[in-house]
Amino acid sequence: MNIDLAVIFAALMGVSILAYVVLDGYDLGVGMLMPAATPEQQDLMVASIGPFWDANETWLVLGIGLLLVAFPKAHGVVLGQLYLPVAIMLIGLMFRGVAFEFRMKAEGWHAQLWNWLFWFGSFMASLAQGFMLGRYITGFQPGVGYWLFAILVGASLCGGYVLLGATWLVLRTEGELQKKAYAWARWGLLWVALGVALVSIATPLASETVRDKWFDFPRTLWLMILPGASVATGLWLWRSLRPEVADWKPFAGAVTIYVLAFLGLAYSIFPYVVVDRMTIWDAASHDSALRFMMWGAAIVLPFIAGYTVFSYRVFRGKVREALYS
Amino acid sequence: MDAAAEALLLARAQFGLNIAFHILFPTLTIGLAWFLVYFRVCYHRNGDAAWLATYKLWVKVFALTFAMGVVSGIVMSFQFGTNWPGFMNNVGNIAGPLLAYEVLTAFFLEATFLGVMLFGMKRVPAWLHILSTIIVAVGTSLSAFWILALNSWMHTPTGHVMVDGVWIAGDWLQVIFNPSFPYRLTHMMLASGLTASFAIAGLSAWRLLREAGDASAMKTLRASVLVAAILVPLQIFVGDLHGLNTLKHQPAKIAAIEGLWETQKGAPLVLFAVPNEQTRRNDFAIEIPKGAALVLKHDADGELKGLNEFEPDRPPVAPLFYGFRLMVGVGVGMLLLAWFGTWRLRRGAPPRALLWTFAAFTFSGWIATLAGWIVTEVGRQPWLVTGVLRTADAVGNITGAQLGASLTGYVLTYTLMLLAYFVVITHMAGKGAVTEVQP
Repeated sequence: MNIDLAVIFAALMGVSILAYVVLDGYDLGVGMLMPAATPEQQDLMVASIGPFWDANETWLVLGIGLLLVAFPKAHGVVLGQLYLPVAIMLIGLMFRGVAFEFRMKAEGWHAQLWNWLFWFGSFMASLAQGFMLGRYITGFQPGVGYWLFAILVGASLCGGYVLLGATWLVLRTEGELQKKAYAWARWGLLWVALGVALVSIATPLASETVRDKWFDFPRTLWLMILPGASVATGLWLWRSLRPEVADWKPFAGAVTIYVLAFLGLAYSIFPYVVVDRMTIWDAASHDSALRFMMWGAAIVLPFIAGYTVFSYRVFRGKVREALYS
Repeated sequence: MDAAAEALLLARAQFGLNIAFHILFPTLTIGLAWFLVYFRVCYHRNGDAAWLATYKLWVKVFALTFAMGVVSGIVMSFQFGTNWPGFMNNVGNIAGPLLAYEVLTAFFLEATFLGVMLFGMKRVPAWLHILSTIIVAVGTSLSAFWILALNSWMHTPTGHVMVDGVWIAGDWLQVIFNPSFPYRLTHMMLASGLTASFAIAGLSAWRLLREAGDASAMKTLRASVLVAAILVPLQIFVGDLHGLNTLKHQPAKIAAIEGLWETQKGAPLVLFAVPNEQTRRNDFAIEIPKGAALVLKHDADGELKGLNEFEPDRPPVAPLFYGFRLMVGVGVGMLLLAWFGTWRLRRGAPPRALLWTFAAFTFSGWIATLAGWIVTEVGRQPWLVTGVLRTADAVGNITGAQLGASLTGYVLTYTLMLLAYFVVITHMAGKGAVTEVQP
């Protein structure tokens, strides 16, 4: 039997990164929204993500881990190019992760400092991740224009995470905070629309490969399902941002937008792992290593999915009190 | 110094700093997790509110420590590749899957059940909460299993074969259960238990110095000192076995630890000295005649290989020589304190001087662990994987400027985090466990 292990691992890596972006996206988004809330609301916001953030970030470790272990040659190129933004993201994630704990245990101005670092860390990490995405999809090309583009993508991803965070809060909170969350979600959605439009226009301009893949009639007509579905989901989400609509719908809408955008990107890039330079087959590890990992992944991933669902069920419903209370 | 040498030095400094900072927290949480299981079960069995308060206090210490470990661990996962691309290019087919198994079997498990353990006590039945606490402990230990399998393989590689110009695993069981793995794993697990024991004892003593009658702090002091009194002698025994294993597989490391410059029969045990790389001798040496031969060969006239046998592929002497003595010195202090403490605590309320001594030993486990890791890791140099890959051949092409800038960022971040960690931990422990009135 001839299984293409490189394709399987590319898919696994893609799914891990998508899971990371959606899951840590909502808790980074909640972090960025902190300054807009009252101290009591801040405690509830943190309580809504407290049991999950750690496992959410583990998807980043898995995604990057798979890049490292399944496509080591690409890992060197990608992370070598992105060395400083990665360092900035990591420092942001560090401050944010420990601020979770410190803000609850510190008192007085210390607690204020950690609240601020929680916001700042979330923002730094989000901006850096978007920036990296911008550099990655344009194949790390030099030039001021490409750098500006990456900064724009960074800002858009911040908006995207705000959308995820706000819709998460719609789902998990009630009363005044939920009302605020509806308003935040609208801003986030506008921001995302701008960002997705920009990326969709700029990527084919930057890369001939991507252009040829999308503008190839009659395939183009089929492909238009993706942007079409994105626009439809966006409009549906906009209309769902009202208290009369079931409060899980906005979050589901936001996640759908991410899934669609991810599919679009995956289609653009595949089978490259470094755009226009290195395919997944060029970069893949030896079959013996991939096969050994595949068994592990096949056995363990269903368990991970199972207990993740279990954890979300345990903590379902509206948050009404701060953590550790 | 040329640019390449500078980049290698910075890459090593940065990686060494990160890994040293990171290891502090898992070392504490692996042991602490099992203490939490004990506290949680005690509360379940006798319903004593003081045990519940104890559990709730230490679960917060655990959460904070765990968060420090997670965030510094994420940095590690990036730096394996960015600082040492040659590592993955040469032995990635072996190292990669071991790391992947750690993420898959341990990280998700501990991260997810940590949420239930920390915040789910009122939301799930007691048995499920106890089970979650146990799963977190199992997860932390599993993660030690995989990372130490990889680390041990780098010291004593077995089971690898060269196929089409790359190293791959010929036999995964041989790769995982390589010769130094059982010793290193046991040594590290015991180190974790000791680090947690002395941290709990120290912080409980700190509380008792402020509030002499604190019931919870007294319980945790007794439990942790007793555990320490059992673990220290075990650790000394296992440490000796690990040393003999190293003598067999990495004799240059032992020669550097012992400060043994030339091969000789009946070598003395150097208690203290200032090793001199220029003159290749030990200045100001205090020695026990034939001691090293007795300890390592169990024979007063046994022959030990000196550093001269391994030139130029041998580690630098000073870090190993001093690091080893620091580790053993702290260990001896731990043994005396744990045994005396156990005896004294059985006779009633401890005197303040003893409590102060325990408080001073709060982070002794960290010192011994770091010293031990410096000995074993520097002792592997100039190899990254013994006999397979040199450290200098694994460094990447990140420029010195980028490394320098990010290193500065990391140093500042770690300093702030560690400072805050000390402040919050001592503050929390000083306030003690809050016993709630049972309804």
